[in-house]
Amino acid sequence: MTMEFVFAGFGGQGVLTAGMVLAYAGAEKDLDVTWIPSYGAEMRGGTANCTVKLSQEEVASPFPKRLDVLVAMNEPSLVKFAPSVKPGGHIVANSSVIRNIPEVPGVEVHAVAVNDIAAAAGNPRSANLCALGAAVACAGGMITLEEVENGMRGYFTKIKDHSGNLEIMRSGYRAVKP
Amino acid sequence: MKKLMKGNVALAEAAIRAGCRMFAGYPITPQSEILEYLSSRMAEVGGQFVQTESELAGISMVMGAAACGQRAMTSSSGPGFTLKQEGISYLSSAELPAVIVDVMRYGIGLGDIILGQADYFQATRGGGHGGYCLPVLAPSSVQENADLVYRAFDVAEKYRTPVIVLSDAAIGQMCGAVELPPFRDHDIDQFDWTLKGRDEAHPNGRTMTDRMYYDFGYLEYDEHIRDRYNEMKEKEQAWEEWEAEDAEFLLVSYGISSRVCKEAVKLARAEGIRLGLIRPIAVWPFPQKAFDRFNGTVKGYLAVEMNAMGQMVEDVVLAARGKTPVYSMATGRVIADSEDVVRVVKDILAGKKEVF
Repeated sequence: MTMEFVFAGFGGQGVLTAGMVLAYAGAEKDLDVTWIPSYGAEMRGGTANCTVKLSQEEVASPFPKRLDVLVAMNEPSLVKFAPSVKPGGHIVANSSVIRNIPEVPGVEVHAVAVNDIAAAAGNPRSANLCALGAAVACAGGMITLEEVENGMRGYFTKIKDHSGNLEIMRSGYRAVKP
Repeated sequence: MKKLMKGNVALAEAAIRAGCRMFAGYPITPQSEILEYLSSRMAEVGGQFVQTESELAGISMVMGAAACGQRAMTSSSGPGFTLKQEGISYLSSAELPAVIVDVMRYGIGLGDIILGQADYFQATRGGGHGGYCLPVLAPSSVQENADLVYRAFDVAEKYRTPVIVLSDAAIGQMCGAVELPPFRDHDIDQFDWTLKGRDEAHPNGRTMTDRMYYDFGYLEYDEHIRDRYNEMKEKEQAWEEWEAEDAEFLLVSYGISSRVCKEAVKLARAEGIRLGLIRPIAVWPFPQKAFDRFNGTVKGYLAVEMNAMGQMVEDVVLAARGKTPVYSMATGRVIADSEDVVRVVKDILAGKKEVF
């Protein structure tokens, strides 16, 4: 089984890093993993996204196709990628930024105010990790919150105290799975 | 345990582990991480890293290191890879082992930094002058970026030939789970043909130049060249067969496009079409042996690649030996879409697409 995640938003919202932490955790779990950023001219227009695939078998294409989980940090990302989410898939929509979050037939849409949650916890720059926590809550049995927590400790090698980031990620997780 | 690494970095670290202790090259997107990584890593293992004033200097310094028996590498992309071609021809004439990495990008001339697969002819047909051949390995994953550069040094020394690793911007820029190969020591003095200065057997030193002038008679040389390249053709074919055993139709694709083709195979099989894939791992020599297994028994081959006119498809036509029809899907600067690949296969099976 292969799971596809897209993390999309404005440049600076940390979507590439959120995807990287997930991919790092997947590799540590000995899953086959790909992480590929949006590439080419699109990178310079202010939007950013990455696709992460986790699989117990070999990942075929690293490019987005039928998404299991979309993390949309802003409205253009939601509009662009929502049609690619497969039936039964999940959308984590950043309700701190996106005013109108539509219903998508056959897809579970989770409105999570990731900027507000991160700001309330005293670290507004960690909104991306809040969104990551929400995405992990949609990952079924592919990867657990605990495994991604360990991945975060391993990925951010220069951070000594991870407790703040971990708490924000857990808050995002609980916003989807109370 | 597997580690998450970027393709270019995995390639660079695997070169270090293969015993590469000399790198000379010049930055160009999308391969600059190879230089960036080696600029500090090479010093840690006591090797030499040179950011040269040009690609020409880079390949020439690699030639000097190779003449002394060092494991040496350079890397480039696009117009920078073109500048290496004269040096590759000279490495071939002096029969020196070296590894040249081309992280392919898109386009003619300056082109663009986005991914593409348009250097196939340049790599496999002798981008330089004189009709040399050389092994060309084409990784399709971050893991293979590591594994094939590691193998490339062995192949280079086995035949005393330059070897090209033909990667691409997607494989270089993406991250994947990698199991790195083990560290190996390279003894720079192990070969009898390298420059070692004067000694009793060589009171005037040794000569390192085009072997045609010193080592062969006038008519012997062509025979030597034929034997040399025919041996590589016989022994260095490498490919992966994916869902091919019972296939009624086969895709043929390498590098990043082959991964999209694997997705297409899954989609097609879910619809009951018995689709499979031949993925050349070495694109020179082309895996004729793989095609001889399927020629005349499958309904066709579809070559999927990212360039405007189709390049590898010509090798597929040759490999089919006229026994199986060959079709081309050259997607240009657009990444192939797996559903489009399946649609083209359906068109072919319905008799709606011209052969190449």
